[in-house]
Amino acid sequence: MADIVLDQVSKVYSDGYTAVKNLNLEIADGEFMILVGPSGCGKSTALNMIAGLEDISSGELRIGGEVVNKKAPRDRDIAMVFQSYALYPHMTVRDNIAFALKLAKRPKEEIDRKVNEAAEILDLQNHLERKPANLSGGQRQRVAMGRAIVRSPKAFLMDEPLSNLDAKLRVQMRAEVARIQHRMNTTTVYVTHDQTEAMTLGDRVAIMLHGVLQQVASPMELYNSPKNLFVAGFIGSPGMNFLPATIDGDTVKLPMVDVKLPSEAQSKIGRVEKGRKIIAGIRPEDFEDAAQVPAEARDRGTTFKTSYDLVEAMGAEYYVHFSAGHGTIESSHVEDLLADQGGITETTDEGGAVVVARLDSEARVKVGEPTDVWVDASKLHFFDAETGESLAA
Amino acid sequence: MTESSRNQKILWAIGTLVVLLYALTPVAWIISLSFKDPTTIGDQKFLPTKTTWDNYSAVFQGGLGFNHALINSIGIAMITTLLALTFASMAAYAITRLDFPGKTLILAGALAVSMFPAISIVGGLFNVWRVVGLYDTWPGLILPYLSFSLPLAIYILSAFFREIPWDLEKAAQMDGATGSQAFRRVILPLAMPGVFTAGILVFISAWNDFLFANVLTATDTARTAPVALSYFRGASQFTDPSGAIAAGAVVVTIPILIMVLIFQRRIVSGLTAGAVKG
Repeated sequence: MADIVLDQVSKVYSDGYTAVKNLNLEIADGEFMILVGPSGCGKSTALNMIAGLEDISSGELRIGGEVVNKKAPRDRDIAMVFQSYALYPHMTVRDNIAFALKLAKRPKEEIDRKVNEAAEILDLQNHLERKPANLSGGQRQRVAMGRAIVRSPKAFLMDEPLSNLDAKLRVQMRAEVARIQHRMNTTTVYVTHDQTEAMTLGDRVAIMLHGVLQQVASPMELYNSPKNLFVAGFIGSPGMNFLPATIDGDTVKLPMVDVKLPSEAQSKIGRVEKGRKIIAGIRPEDFEDAAQVPAEARDRGTTFKTSYDLVEAMGAEYYVHFSAGHGTIESSHVEDLLADQGGITETTDEGGAVVVARLDSEARVKVGEPTDVWVDASKLHFFDAETGESLAA
Repeated sequence: MTESSRNQKILWAIGTLVVLLYALTPVAWIISLSFKDPTTIGDQKFLPTKTTWDNYSAVFQGGLGFNHALINSIGIAMITTLLALTFASMAAYAITRLDFPGKTLILAGALAVSMFPAISIVGGLFNVWRVVGLYDTWPGLILPYLSFSLPLAIYILSAFFREIPWDLEKAAQMDGATGSQAFRRVILPLAMPGVFTAGILVFISAWNDFLFANVLTATDTARTAPVALSYFRGASQFTDPSGAIAAGAVVVTIPILIMVLIFQRRIVSGLTAGAVKG
């Protein structure tokens, strides 16, 4: 077991492309660290550099206090779970799991004992003599995990280990991974592009974009106080709504309504000169059907009238889409978020922005009918329209 | 069974039959010849009227040097195959896995070498070999065989190596394998079908060669079976050696048959199934 420190680590490819830029990350002993970001953000490159599968262009990587920049993967004593699992197809499950121990020339009894232990943890006892080709996706994934845990390495590296599983199995294996990590208490670096995995698994989450670390924090801190627009939009599902806004004293002018800010929200963002273009971020869950808001909470926010364009019933809640009036926002962060979501942006017929709200299942939702919607003013986020940085920083 | 699929089967059967007839009639003819008595060898009958094993015993009698030639052939072909596979697997691995300057040049060069007409170098080689002392020796044949079979083997093997997911090698490295351990214990076992395919082809090309073996050998020390066959003569000036030649030809094909049968069973596809993805 060991801590992992990345000190100003960069990766520049021979064609001049910078995949990772001055990455500083301290992963404590036993910590579960998630690297998350859209594809091409450098998270996998960062992981491969920790693994030793890719050279470090500049900076220093320390595992357990020792600089390992020049060490071969086999000398770093870390295990990796690959997205493709990378099981050895010509070996049985037992041989797959035992491979590392055999290479290390451990005594046979020890190998047998450890393989059986790992198989028990992963519920693979009955499949030890089978070949990977005869296993289901979930079983293969567990074999890949087994290959990592059997060595009791200094750290686990996982490269999107669940992305090849179907949705149901993924949720199940997610819990499994969390359980195993907790049980082994081994430093883990986990790469994913799925924000749900990042939120549910990690002790801390590091969000990357274009090779640059955006924010490292606990999941709740990321959710509640994102440092910039990209982080705010990436964390949470459905994503945060972004609207053009200006602030005049204690009033925020949003396209659909003017909202009076509570004093603590005001002090958080400090003084904003009148007329300065900013972007307001509102999480879908910070809207509510006005009728469902208890009277004592109502003062925290503002009620406005709108009518829903689309209603999605999720059972426990509704997702409603409504127009936020005119005005669009332009920001490189918004474009990055859009690219991550497949480049499809939802607009109204007039070209205005669409807001998604998450309403209580008791709410009265009817498409096209004027409805009172309440927005929690104390939960608003504000970002600079130019840089995308949070004003609360 | 539907009408069309039955028709398909019949057509397939007819096609296969035609190809088999085309390919095997000369073989059957040779076998028939090899069993014919010298007196009936020119009777123009497909089946021998008087069968005899005399041709076979004549072939293996010392005088013709065929025993020695067979040993030469087997030895030279096997050594060529082993060396070609060793070098080719290493070269193909490097070509598929590494990015180094001149990679395409090497591949293009290899291809060019394999297309080079052998007849155009054999004369020069004859003189060079006599000077350096390789004339009429095993290495003197193994060397040219290697240079012509390596490109082919490299091509076949690199196609197979390309099919192997790179993640497997990374996984082996993470598991603590050195480069050569990863190659020997993970990559090579998976490329075995390719190794056997290349092996068969190299062995056949070395075994069948006549040109080099004819020009670069003089005596029993290195003369191979196909050349020895061409030196067969009858018991006297006036006896027709056709029967013996036919018997020799049949004998020469047997090792190839055995080789192919052994290796063919190892050429199973889909060996990498289950390595990656769900």
